[in-house]
Amino acid sequence: MARITLDGLAHSYLPAPSGPADYALKGLDVDWQDGGAYALLGPSGCGKSTLLNIVSGLLRPSEGRILFDGEDVTGLPPARRNIAQVFQFPVIYDTMTVRENLAFPLVNRGVDQATIDRQVAAIAAMLEVDGMLDRRASGLAPDDKQKISMGRGLVRDDVNVVMFDEPLTVIDPHLKFALRSKLKELHQRVRATMIYVTHDQTEALTFADRVVVMQEGEVVQIGTPVELFERPTHTFVGHFIGSPGMNVLPAERGGAGARFHGHDVALDGAIAADAAGRLEIGVRPEFVTLGAPGTGIPATITKVADVGRHTVVETDAGGAKVSAITNAGAGGLPSPGEAVGLSFRPDRTRAYADGWLVSGGGA
Amino acid sequence: MNKTWNQKAWLLVLPVVLLVAFNALVPMMTVVNYSVQETFGNNTFFWSGLQWFEQILTSERFHAALGRQVLFTSIILLIEVPLGVAIALCMPKKGVWVPVCLVLMALPMLIPWNVVGSMWNIMALPDIGLLGYFLNEVVGWQFDYTQDPIDAWVTIIAMDVWHWTSLVVLLAYAGLVSIPDAYYQAAEIDGASRWAVFRHIQLPKMKSVLTIAILLRFIDSFNIYTEPFTLTGGGPGNATTLLSIDLVKIALGQFDLGPAGAMSLIYFAITLLVSWLFYTLMTRNDP
Amino acid sequence: MSKLKPLVPILYIAFLMLPIYWLVAMSFKTTNEILGGFSLFPQTFTLDAYRTIFSDPTWYWGYINSIIYVTINTVLSVAVALPAAYAFSRYRFLGDKQLFFWLLTNRMAPAAVFALPFFQLYSAVGLFDTHLAVAMAHTLFNVPLAVWILEGFMRGVPKELDETAFVDGYSFPRFFVTIFIPTIKAGVGVAAFFCFMFSWVELLLAKTLTAVEAKPIAATMTRTASSSGYELGLLAAAGTLTIIPGAIVIWFVRNYIAKGFAMGRV
Repeated sequence: MARITLDGLAHSYLPAPSGPADYALKGLDVDWQDGGAYALLGPSGCGKSTLLNIVSGLLRPSEGRILFDGEDVTGLPPARRNIAQVFQFPVIYDTMTVRENLAFPLVNRGVDQATIDRQVAAIAAMLEVDGMLDRRASGLAPDDKQKISMGRGLVRDDVNVVMFDEPLTVIDPHLKFALRSKLKELHQRVRATMIYVTHDQTEALTFADRVVVMQEGEVVQIGTPVELFERPTHTFVGHFIGSPGMNVLPAERGGAGARFHGHDVALDGAIAADAAGRLEIGVRPEFVTLGAPGTGIPATITKVADVGRHTVVETDAGGAKVSAITNAGAGGLPSPGEAVGLSFRPDRTRAYADGWLVSGGGA
Repeated sequence: MNKTWNQKAWLLVLPVVLLVAFNALVPMMTVVNYSVQETFGNNTFFWSGLQWFEQILTSERFHAALGRQVLFTSIILLIEVPLGVAIALCMPKKGVWVPVCLVLMALPMLIPWNVVGSMWNIMALPDIGLLGYFLNEVVGWQFDYTQDPIDAWVTIIAMDVWHWTSLVVLLAYAGLVSIPDAYYQAAEIDGASRWAVFRHIQLPKMKSVLTIAILLRFIDSFNIYTEPFTLTGGGPGNATTLLSIDLVKIALGQFDLGPAGAMSLIYFAITLLVSWLFYTLMTRNDP
Repeated sequence: MSKLKPLVPILYIAFLMLPIYWLVAMSFKTTNEILGGFSLFPQTFTLDAYRTIFSDPTWYWGYINSIIYVTINTVLSVAVALPAAYAFSRYRFLGDKQLFFWLLTNRMAPAAVFALPFFQLYSAVGLFDTHLAVAMAHTLFNVPLAVWILEGFMRGVPKELDETAFVDGYSFPRFFVTIFIPTIKAGVGVAAFFCFMFSWVELLLAKTLTAVEAKPIAATMTRTASSSGYELGLLAAAGTLTIIPGAIVIWFVRNYIAKGFAMGRV
């Protein structure tokens, strides 16, 4: 178990990077606490796999250092970092039995047989694979194989960090939930630092205590799932997390806060005086209310979609698309073409300049 | 993939069946016919039962040729398979040079077999050939494959290694590049040694292609005719008279059709049996 | 260790190229130089051998003959193998496994076994000394191989492709030619390459089945070797020229070679 510190970490796959565009990672400073469950969330190509490979030692960063408990491990090979990694596709040693697979990392480190037996039995019980220990691993179903890969990571009790690289990609949807809960449970039992890489917000938000959101090689926000939802510090986070994502609307300064579509919009706090650049306001569909025409901001309904527990209503307000989530009330559902008035809940409406939060104290 | 029962599929395989049947069944019947008859010329044949089979199976000449054939096939399998795998392991996984390497490696396989034989025939000549000159003048080995049986064997084995090792390299390489990077990374993290990576990742993943490689190498080396015939003509003496060379000598040289027919069938049966045994053995553990 | 690693393929390729270099170098030497003793480079560079080959019809017709029957064989083998491979990859039918195995056993038959019966068979049907005879004889080992390779490629194509096309109203032949074959064109290329290769390099059957009209280049060479004694320069030039078609074909399929070898049973 260890605290992991990334210190000015940057990486480029090119031998001589000339500008920020050449970097897959653009200067990260992150602290991961010992025993925490972290998720690394971002769209494909945002650099999360690069970051993972740097932490595991499969890749050497072009700049910066990586510290485990304050100790510089930047130059150490993976085998000497005491880490474990679970890959997108289950990695199984076909020629071995399940037992031999689980014991493999211990055998390679010269652990004595009694300890190996004890550890393998413990981890097999935890993963509920103890019934298949003597079967050949090559014949197992994908989710069992993935469990074995996890087991190989967790079997050593001295691992600094276990990393998961989109581990549920090949798992059937109905088994994903079970495996995710298993993982959560494992984390609570072994208290190892875990980093879970994914582009799926549900996976990230259910697994992690804290989520690191990445975009184009940069960390845009680190926070608890609730913080990411309620107070996104970047429009990307607001947009990426939530379904549908946060409404991001063009605005200008004015009145008490900002003006959108000719109307004053109240914000959660004042816009920082030094904020410059393109101004936008962000409000989640959950905090948009539809009222009678004439109240609030005039808009026209363009689309109504019943998604089960609630209804997503899309409206057009002066050319900008604004989504709202409503529960079908007594008045029934609105229909496209209808005129409505929109109002935003002030304490959940924020201003962003060039994407970054600038109202209510800023990021 | 679960396939559906459809007897109409026979219509799709019919052309292949007809073509191959014409080529395989008719000649096979002819061979069987010869093998059980005796002729005194004039196209008159008499039933002779299993006489020829008995004669071949007990003939020392056949035993000697079979022995040489088994020795030859064993030696080249023992050299070409490990060598081919080793070379494939040393190849880069990607890069601009990979296709160039593969094309150059495949080149010997695309040369007509008698040209291969002629090339090595001239190459190994002790006075004017590159190999022969080198061995005699530089290494100081009194090398003459036309006189010395050992030298003749060294030459045909060198020729076959030159000709066919690339087949093993290409197949093994195809198996290797199909292994996802994650396997190597996982092994690195698990602290596996280089040997363990080979034993538990590379070898199992290469198993199916290696099965094909060994099978093809067995079949083709066991049936080899043109190259050694062009190179040594089976000599000196009978030192390099392998099964096919002997068979052609009997059939086309001496025109002993009965024994030749019987020998053909025995020969084919051995090839089939060994291929089948090997294939069953290699795939026995597959799920 | 890791520093030496790239050296291994380089050394191996050098070993492969050396005899080829020797052959090419010899084709530019005069007969006197070749027989006069050992020389690494041609001392008196001459194109005489090539001149002879390109001006003497018995020589250059050898090439044309070879190319004709190899082409017929490749087209024929792939054409009959395509529907058969489709049947094996998509359907179960009575005797399918036995049939597949029987086809493959023909790849195991020693050519020497078939030489004489083939001569009699093709003489009996009046095809002796024709390109078609050699092309058909070579299907004995090329058709099973082509079926084997193509079946492997076809298994990788999801069955949904067929079903969608049939739902869309395609007839089987139209679907097969306009949709399915383009989908597996890499496989067709690889199969054609292997048919070309094994037909091009085979000599025993080709020589047995021809006399004058369809005589392959390889046979012309062996007859030259025995009749005119030591015309080594000519022989080397002819040999050099036999490498070229193979080299051209392999360059076209270079990206599929490794895959094609591995296809099917991987």
